[in-house]
Amino acid sequence: MSKMTIDDLRRILISCAGESEGDRLSGDILDEEFELLGYDSLALMETVAAVGSEFGVRIEDEQIADLRTPRDVLDLVNDAIAQPN
Amino acid sequence: MTRRVVITGIGVRTPGGNGVKAFWELLTSGRTATRRISLFDPSPYRSQVAAEADFDPVHEGLSPREIRRMDRATQFAVVCARDAIRDSGLEFEEFDPARVGVSLGSAVAAATSLEQEYLVLSDGGREWLMDHGSLSPHMFDYLVPSVMPAEVAWTVAAEGPVTMVSNGCTSGIDSVGHAVQLVREGSADVMLAGASDTPITPIVVACFDAIKATTSRNDDPEHASRPFDKSRNGFVLAEGAAMFVLEEYEHARRRGAHVYAEISGYATRCNAYHMTGLKTDGREMAEAIRTALDEARIDGTAIDYINAHGSGTKQNDRHETAAYKRSLGEHARRAPISSIKSMVGHSLGAIGSIEIAASALAIENGVIPPTANLHERDPECDLDYVPLTAREQRLGTVLTVGSGFGGFQSAMILRDVASVTT
Amino acid sequence: MNETADMRTYVTGIGLLAPNGLGLERYWEATLEGRTGIDTLSRFDVSRYPVRLAGEIDGFDAAEHLPSRLLPQTDVSTRYALVAADWALADAKIDQDAYTDYEMGVVTSNASGGFEFTHREFDKLWTKGPETVSVYESFAWFYAVNTGQISIRHKLRGPSSALVAEQAGGLDAIGHARRTIKRGTPMVVTGGVDSALDPWGWVSQISSGRLSTATDPHRAYLPFDTHARGYVPGEGGAMLVLEAAHAARARTAPRIHGEIAGYATTFDPPAGSTRPPGLRRAAELALADAGVRPADVDVVFADACGVPELDRAEAQAISAVFGERGVPVTAPKALTGRLYSGGGPVDVATALLSIRDGVIPPTGGTTEVPEDYGIDLVRAVPRSGPVSTALVLARGRWGFNAAVVVRAVPEETA
Repeated sequence: MSKMTIDDLRRILISCAGESEGDRLSGDILDEEFELLGYDSLALMETVAAVGSEFGVRIEDEQIADLRTPRDVLDLVNDAIAQPN
Repeated sequence: MTRRVVITGIGVRTPGGNGVKAFWELLTSGRTATRRISLFDPSPYRSQVAAEADFDPVHEGLSPREIRRMDRATQFAVVCARDAIRDSGLEFEEFDPARVGVSLGSAVAAATSLEQEYLVLSDGGREWLMDHGSLSPHMFDYLVPSVMPAEVAWTVAAEGPVTMVSNGCTSGIDSVGHAVQLVREGSADVMLAGASDTPITPIVVACFDAIKATTSRNDDPEHASRPFDKSRNGFVLAEGAAMFVLEEYEHARRRGAHVYAEISGYATRCNAYHMTGLKTDGREMAEAIRTALDEARIDGTAIDYINAHGSGTKQNDRHETAAYKRSLGEHARRAPISSIKSMVGHSLGAIGSIEIAASALAIENGVIPPTANLHERDPECDLDYVPLTAREQRLGTVLTVGSGFGGFQSAMILRDVASVTT
Repeated sequence: MNETADMRTYVTGIGLLAPNGLGLERYWEATLEGRTGIDTLSRFDVSRYPVRLAGEIDGFDAAEHLPSRLLPQTDVSTRYALVAADWALADAKIDQDAYTDYEMGVVTSNASGGFEFTHREFDKLWTKGPETVSVYESFAWFYAVNTGQISIRHKLRGPSSALVAEQAGGLDAIGHARRTIKRGTPMVVTGGVDSALDPWGWVSQISSGRLSTATDPHRAYLPFDTHARGYVPGEGGAMLVLEAAHAARARTAPRIHGEIAGYATTFDPPAGSTRPPGLRRAAELALADAGVRPADVDVVFADACGVPELDRAEAQAISAVFGERGVPVTAPKALTGRLYSGGGPVDVATALLSIRDGVIPPTGGTTEVPEDYGIDLVRAVPRSGPVSTALVLARGRWGFNAAVVVRAVPEETA
């Protein structure tokens, strides 16, 4: 499985939760908080479920609460891809 | 003069509670009716626990035609309506049918039948273009669920206002509140009101799985519903129904009817915040409570018991604790509060009516049902939730509340008619 | 009105999406010109089904009207409802500070929920597994979704509700909104919208046994015609802004479309009863509620099911109230199809336009009305003349009846 990139996440976010207001997704969003980008917990849950099935990664309920920025998601997914068990 | 509205008949079907007697025994025993799902194989699902009713339509006296025609939720509603009518002692044949109405609540209505028909029509999901050759003649009844109040209306040949109130998880309190308004304004003298939901079906289990609102405590189903407990992790899906005969008070008094309680106040507000999320401050629920108190013309200190929404999700129990403090002030610390969802689960649109039944029976019997499975309070839920054991106490006035998806927040006041001097 | 506040209920905003016109004025133009919105359903291949015609909304791009964030979580019916509410509120021009949040409620009607959305989620559940079901399914499907979404989008926190009564539900919502205003909430957004034109929704509608199997869009839905053979289902509806008269006056509302002057609902006796159906009583109760005599009514907007025995029953109810050919009757829904919870609100909006322009729109393609129906049906071309009071009727399958009286508000008294 190839690594997940910020563009993958951007694409999945838009499909699961729509564009953020004011085109904020287009800039450097790696460390922007989802909440500030306009995505609530529901949007994140839907996105994480889609990320999980696309990249074959299982993300536990408890882990979702800790995902605050796109970097958190990429790190979690790519770590899991790197260390399959 | 204001017309007052009283409950003169009750019918219930809940997990562990087929009928008022069994229902009340369960609630006061502190036992729970939650178990591993048996209506279908729950193993592929995140939450595999539910509160199921042992409902046998044949034993309940429904005819084969009725059973074929009606969705499970409709069957529950009709059976409860018949019980409530019998309990009220009201002779509907002697009554002007135009003065009798129905207000029925349900959140997901015919979900069970929809799913069954879907599987047939789509060949197990394989066909997007469905085959009308295998179409049930009742499919339209499942698409448009207002057949549910129609079926209830036919039990007494009602010809007054008949409607379905579908406000998600506050449907059961709002349907009764709606009926109270109709009797007060004079649109009807008698209303069959209540709610029914039978959502223990794969699609509903899956959609609450997705949002992680239901519990994942699959290894301990009997103790899975834990309102206000520190270890709670979601609600337990349930099915059930409760129906009432609501009557204008003077009408009930003249015929010497047994009166369970008066519904003296009701209000609903929306949080306009989020379809599923709750703000922590409880502002809109508090407003609903205050407005219901105003309508009942009482002060918050008159509340002897609060029948809570208490779903057992992290956010709900904190939200409503905040709402009680905001609306009742210091009295929130004195009023006993309990959640019967700890025992009968959360039957979505039906539970509000089931909780009204519990509130009326609490007044009738002078007993507060406990919150089962409450061993260690969440530090942020720091009120008196009547843990584990029922409490005997004379109750003059009871507050019951509901909260649901879409942002609905509702509150209702019931009071002992005997204690009221008019 | 100096002693007590004027609690009459005014319509101060309208938003409408119909198969023959997106937006109130475009719909009205099409309705007066007799342009139909009925055509072969294009959402999927209908050639295998016995029913092929629908009143389908064309050219609606949700992304043009709604924020992107709302799209993944909404069914097409909720998008229509949100846009209709946006348009109604824009029409009413309510300032941010005109009301507090608790002074504004939402009462909608819904017949089939977010059905296309839920059909897709059923497919995901049964073909790809439970973990693929959307988090949005828990609310995109249920019948309260439009009330909740409108409440959130416009921060309306007052008493709110969602009612279901098949095609009668839309008038029930308007009636309950009026009740809510009389009980003290000065502004309520109300109406109904429906859409169930995915394949599952389609076969479900076919199972009603009341759909027209005709293939000519101009001859398929002919209410009150000797050739009536069922109805054509449609999608869409309308949202209205209702305000207490005193509140509308206080904020100097720019436009009073008219008054919701009366409302009533009844239910038919069970099958086999010797008692009469309840539509006549609903009409009489609504007129009494409005304090209006039958002779004061200028037009009746009929339920017009297009099923011969139901058309006959309605014609009898109308004649019983107004006398034989005692009032012009019309059914512009013949050009849109039946819109379920959207039907009543669209008829109420149409009645308000009739009042505004002094013209009664015609009944689609209906030409020959059986003599013994005894009704004066407006056919082929609009009928001009002053209209100040209209009665709108709706029936829902299984026995629901609802009636609303709409009345002009003369400018000097507004």
